[in-house]
Amino acid sequence: METEDMIVLDEFCSHHQVEISFIRSLEEYGLVETIIVNEAICVRSNELSKLEQIVRLHQELNINPEGIDAISILLKRIENMQHEITELRNKLDFYQKAQ
Amino acid sequence: MEFIDYYKVLGVDKNATQDDIKKAYRKLARKLHPDLNPNDKEAHKKFQQVNEANEVLSDPEKRKKYDQYGKDWQHAEQFEQARQSQQQGFGKETFSGDFNDGDFSDFFASMFGDKGSGGFRQRQTKFRGEDYHAELKLNLTDVYKTQQQVLTVNNKNIRITIPAGVENGQQIKIKGHGGPGINGGPNGDLYISFHISNTTKFRRDGNDLHTSVDLDLYTAVLGGEIVIDTLDGKVKLMVKHETQNGTKIRLKGKGFPIYKKEGEFGDMVITFQIKIPTNLTDKQKDLFEQLSKSSS
Repeated sequence: METEDMIVLDEFCSHHQVEISFIRSLEEYGLVETIIVNEAICVRSNELSKLEQIVRLHQELNINPEGIDAISILLKRIENMQHEITELRNKLDFYQKAQ
Repeated sequence: MEFIDYYKVLGVDKNATQDDIKKAYRKLARKLHPDLNPNDKEAHKKFQQVNEANEVLSDPEKRKKYDQYGKDWQHAEQFEQARQSQQQGFGKETFSGDFNDGDFSDFFASMFGDKGSGGFRQRQTKFRGEDYHAELKLNLTDVYKTQQQVLTVNNKNIRITIPAGVENGQQIKIKGHGGPGINGGPNGDLYISFHISNTTKFRRDGNDLHTSVDLDLYTAVLGGEIVIDTLDGKVKLMVKHETQNGTKIRLKGKGFPIYKKEGEFGDMVITFQIKIPTNLTDKQKDLFEQLSKSSS
């Protein structure tokens, strides 16, 4: 059976000095998913990087969950556009070489 | 080392109140924060300047010292020593703390001291370290197979795995290998961009490889077996009779490896260029004439 690394939410919140209620509100916006393992609320380790970024935006810039939700959508859009630009550049290179 | 006008950096005038400074800082921090400006070196640099300006101007003691010495920062230490010797009993400056060298400019270190000579008190806010950006130049054949490379970043060796099928211009992130965090904040990340040059006879389009193959007239007309090159070696190919010039055929799975999909490959697209024979003998010309008459 495959195992998965989990992070106990209490420990994450205490380490980053954030309220559990903040994480709960992120969950409501679908920004993070928590799961219960042995009666403890946990987050998957592969979500850690995203969650830490959200906490930084909240703590360093005082952005609330609604703002973080909007930012996450826009950042994802930028990432997709950057990816598309790279693909188009390579495509252009391909046709330029063909000539 | 140049004088840095912290008021200009924050866009406030010299009489700005603490509230003005706070507002200006927050506005710029939201604009330039590394998490909101991924892969933007200029924004990261400005963010550090803004951070540094706020560090000084939001602290009345540091602001006072900055205002007092300002452009004469080079003489700040001499002034300070002279002032202290004249006013013995007033005690030393109360700055203490553990800022790392390199978090702020040389100008800042000169004004307020560095790690060795005592920095300033610990702030509450932790900031993530700077993201580092590096470019790795490789050949197309280098990324045909997954390989490991050791990179040296800031005198540290980092072993990275470059998966087969990496695209030109693609960027990978190596978490935690960027600049050190500020005030105990997390380290930044290392971003590696791949610049892949192609000196092969194949043109890459995503996972597919394109190439032209010269075909002699006789094989094009009558069909036959030819041997062609791929990045994985030579392969035999049956050419159909009556193949036209410019005909394209697709060899499944003979293209480029698909990124992070072990054992999966794109296709090889071959365009046939039919070569008309030259320097014909009289006999060959005669045969072509016979052929021409028979088909008219």
